[in-house]
Amino acid sequence: MKTRSVLLLGSLSAALVAFALTSPRVVAADKVDPVTDAKAFQNFFFQKFPDVKHEDFVNGPYSMNEDLKRQWQEKEEFPPYEFALEAGKEMFSTPFKNGKTYADCFPNGGIGIRQNYPYFDEKEGKVVTLELALNRCREANGEAPYSYVKDEMASLTAYMAYTSRGKLMDIKIPDDPRALAAYENGKRYFYTRRGQMNFSCASCHVQSPGERIRAEILAPALGIVNAMPIYRSEWSGMGTTSRRFVTCNSQTRAVPLEPQADEYRDVEYFLSYVANGLPISGPGARP
Amino acid sequence: MASSIRVRATSNGDITEVQALIQHPMDTGLVKNPNGELIPAHYIKELKFECNGKDVFVANWGTAVSKDPYVKFSFKGAKKGDELKISWTDNKGGSDTTTAKIA
Repeated sequence: MKTRSVLLLGSLSAALVAFALTSPRVVAADKVDPVTDAKAFQNFFFQKFPDVKHEDFVNGPYSMNEDLKRQWQEKEEFPPYEFALEAGKEMFSTPFKNGKTYADCFPNGGIGIRQNYPYFDEKEGKVVTLELALNRCREANGEAPYSYVKDEMASLTAYMAYTSRGKLMDIKIPDDPRALAAYENGKRYFYTRRGQMNFSCASCHVQSPGERIRAEILAPALGIVNAMPIYRSEWSGMGTTSRRFVTCNSQTRAVPLEPQADEYRDVEYFLSYVANGLPISGPGARP
Repeated sequence: MASSIRVRATSNGDITEVQALIQHPMDTGLVKNPNGELIPAHYIKELKFECNGKDVFVANWGTAVSKDPYVKFSFKGAKKGDELKISWTDNKGGSDTTTAKIA
């Protein structure tokens, strides 16, 4: 009797080990298929809001509400992110102590490349966002990294986004199981409920775009990253994608992660990929 | 650092429409910094727009105006090409001034 159960247990744990080896992270029941995902994701919004022009989704709440849109168009004559943009341009062209500049770290001198970020780095096996690449560039040149949430980082990304305005989001998922896993992980993070309110990202930005949350209009998830970084009147200042993730988490009373944590990088990868083909509109302004 | 004042003035016949955006912290003196110390009040006291030697718009401001204020108004009696002079002074003695041509 005893030997039989031991054998049984042994084979069971062997099977478990084998299963664990084949899956570095949790495996979804069906195959990961980003192409179909993105199509379905975009069609969902296009059908939900048939009157909104496809390229207009990147303008967030302004694509959802006529009144708000008019106010915003007037504001765009004198955009509130203008000061940050100017500062970013200056920082971008100022050499580091060693004489190199940001342009040396990026393809095409860093101009007009925002639509390619975040990308999957095959050497590292992880997603690399624009903010991360900028700080790595600083560290490689002997400078201290910037805070990921605002100020200098927001100014720099604002300038880089501005030089890429109108270019279509173009995120690649290489044929690499790790890239697919990162994408899948980001998707899972986006749809997982968390926090005291039991909200997922999708509860607001897929289920209820255009609806009011307090006095604000919720933005659609489609193209939400295309407008980053943003000047939010609520913040009376600029904020990066990282800042948006952190505040979204804390507003739903969940525990925010550290900026540029793996999950945040993955969720940015997922959101950017499903927005492929929509124009970059950053830097944006939001109520 | 560029000027703290952005101006756009456009004339359509006899009415000139002016928009300005000013970079200023406009601290009320009631907010604490992360260390719990009060941030001293720092706000624009007077904002002035002059055209052809005449004041066309003067604002006496206090702490109730928001950070990086935006102003929009229109006035009569100027034409395209006239020069508009904008200046502000704040409670700490800081000031800035700039000029803009009416387009």
